[in-house]
Amino acid sequence: MKFHFRLPGVKVMVGLVLLAVFTFLAFFGSALAPYDPSARSNDILQSPSAKHWFGTTHIGQDIFSQILVGTRSVMFVGFFAGILATVIAVVIGVTSGYLSGWAGEAVSTVSNVFIVIPALPLIVIVTNVIPNSGDWAIAMVIGCTGWAWGARLLRAQTLSLRQRDFVQAARANGESTWRIVGVEILPNLTAIIASSFIGTVMFAVMTEIALAFVGVSGISQWNWGEVLFWAQGQQALAIGAWWWFVPAGLCIALLGTSLALINFGIDEIVNPRLRGAGRTTVRTADGRKARMRFGFTPVLTPSADEGGGR
Amino acid sequence: MKYFAGRVGFYLLTLWAAITINFFIPRLIPGNPVDSLIAQRRGEIDSNAIKSLDILFGLDKHQSLLSQYWSYLGQLAHGDLGISFQNFPEPVTSVLGSALPWTLGLIGTTTILAFLIGTLLGVFAGWKRGTWVDGLLPVTTFLSSIPYFWLGLIAVTLFTGVDSWLPSSGGYDPGLVPGWDLGFIGNALRHSILPAATIIISSVGGWLLAMRNMMVTVSAEDYITVAHAKGLSDRRVMTKYAARNALLPSVSGFGMALGLVVGGTFLVEYVFSYPGVGLQLLNAISGHDYPLIQGVFLTVTVAVLAANFLADLAYMALDPRTRKEG
Repeated sequence: MKFHFRLPGVKVMVGLVLLAVFTFLAFFGSALAPYDPSARSNDILQSPSAKHWFGTTHIGQDIFSQILVGTRSVMFVGFFAGILATVIAVVIGVTSGYLSGWAGEAVSTVSNVFIVIPALPLIVIVTNVIPNSGDWAIAMVIGCTGWAWGARLLRAQTLSLRQRDFVQAARANGESTWRIVGVEILPNLTAIIASSFIGTVMFAVMTEIALAFVGVSGISQWNWGEVLFWAQGQQALAIGAWWWFVPAGLCIALLGTSLALINFGIDEIVNPRLRGAGRTTVRTADGRKARMRFGFTPVLTPSADEGGGR
Repeated sequence: MKYFAGRVGFYLLTLWAAITINFFIPRLIPGNPVDSLIAQRRGEIDSNAIKSLDILFGLDKHQSLLSQYWSYLGQLAHGDLGISFQNFPEPVTSVLGSALPWTLGLIGTTTILAFLIGTLLGVFAGWKRGTWVDGLLPVTTFLSSIPYFWLGLIAVTLFTGVDSWLPSSGGYDPGLVPGWDLGFIGNALRHSILPAATIIISSVGGWLLAMRNMMVTVSAEDYITVAHAKGLSDRRVMTKYAARNALLPSVSGFGMALGLVVGGTFLVEYVFSYPGVGLQLLNAISGHDYPLIQGVFLTVTVAVLAANFLADLAYMALDPRTRKEG
């Protein structure tokens, strides 16, 4: 298969760059942090300054260091849960799509049940029951509950691929089921797998932060939700300490945006029609506007009222 | 009708799954929560309540798991969810009964509004592709990447304060007694403005994007070209031909997405101390109030299933193919 490499659009590039920055911080954030994120100091509730870029907390902890150190936990849970959920989704989605008959239906019903049951309350409850839940446990719980959307999408696509000529031909040639699934079907699912992976990472990040924010997860490690938890608990809003919760929130939003932008790019590969159409309005010689539209040939005659642009 | 029967079967299955999860949750808890409650309350609990809690938590070790499960189902059928530890003699059902209207009012209204606004904007964004409307996409993406609760925190900082007309927490002023009089309803509405705006702003983007993508896909179909060729007005083709067909996945996705939406809105209730089910759940978790936790989870699942059912009815109204016999 020949792979045509197109330079990704501006949106995707911005997304990739942002993601690269956060990945870099996940690895080197602790080394770069100017202070120990848990260490107290005498600079209590300082607003941002050259010494403390994002200000300090009620016991003088440096918020910039907390954000830097916290990136690792956020990215770890996001990607670990994303990988786990995607593996489950691929196995369940492709099997239920490829198997015909009641077995496929049954597996697909199970994934629909998982979609409909409200995930966050369930995750909050389960995490709360597990004693000393660290990042690993939280990532496992999120991964085991977050696979259902991906499985649903993959099943739909597999169902449609199964009917295509090249799969029918492979089957008629007597190829083994493993080979058909691995060589004929899976490569054609790459884009959907990638996009459901990114969607799950986003879900996992949001969930982990929400768990930390309500104080359910253990307080062993710093993450952005933990920063917000302390800000909320210490009434940062009421005392006007905006620097305490604005940076963490912006980081979450930037990470979420970067993943969403990458997903736009993948969606546009799957369905090229979704690409921004560029400029669709042209101006004719006599200054009228005509809109380009799929299926229509614009007739840009200078004559006044007949047939222009529709 | 076959479609309808299939959906009802699916709801029953999901309900059963939720009940079963609920049955197993307390059995994972280390220690014996009922004994610690009894020790705490020193004989205030009557024997009926203890028996009901025993069934809920599976503390009767002489029974097999299966017979525990049956007595649990029997107890649920009587509408007995146990008593809440935190609000001590009050049964879970009455705690939920007072919290549920708030959540249904807030989440129900805002989710439907967000769906309508997002879908409407999506119709335009998809139809007018290549115009300035495309510029909306990055903005809404950014807005929907912000966690609901964080937007709520910002809203509290920016719009509430000593001299502000908008309250920062609660569902109504502490002095008022809940009731159906104008003063109370006005007060409750005023308290719900900020939470509602928060939920709408952060959830509109998802609907917009889904609808926009479907509109773009649909507008290249042959029947759209034919409709244009017939000389129908642009507006008519957009609403009656493209939007009606593009709406189908959004409507069927509406019910499915609710499970996710509910989680986000719970955190909004938490930020605004809004007296709904979400706040009850988070309080119950910090207070280890297991019967209430179970009750909330069950109630929320049932509510989401009911909303799914309504979405299905809407889907059947929109898509004649589902009403076909056979």
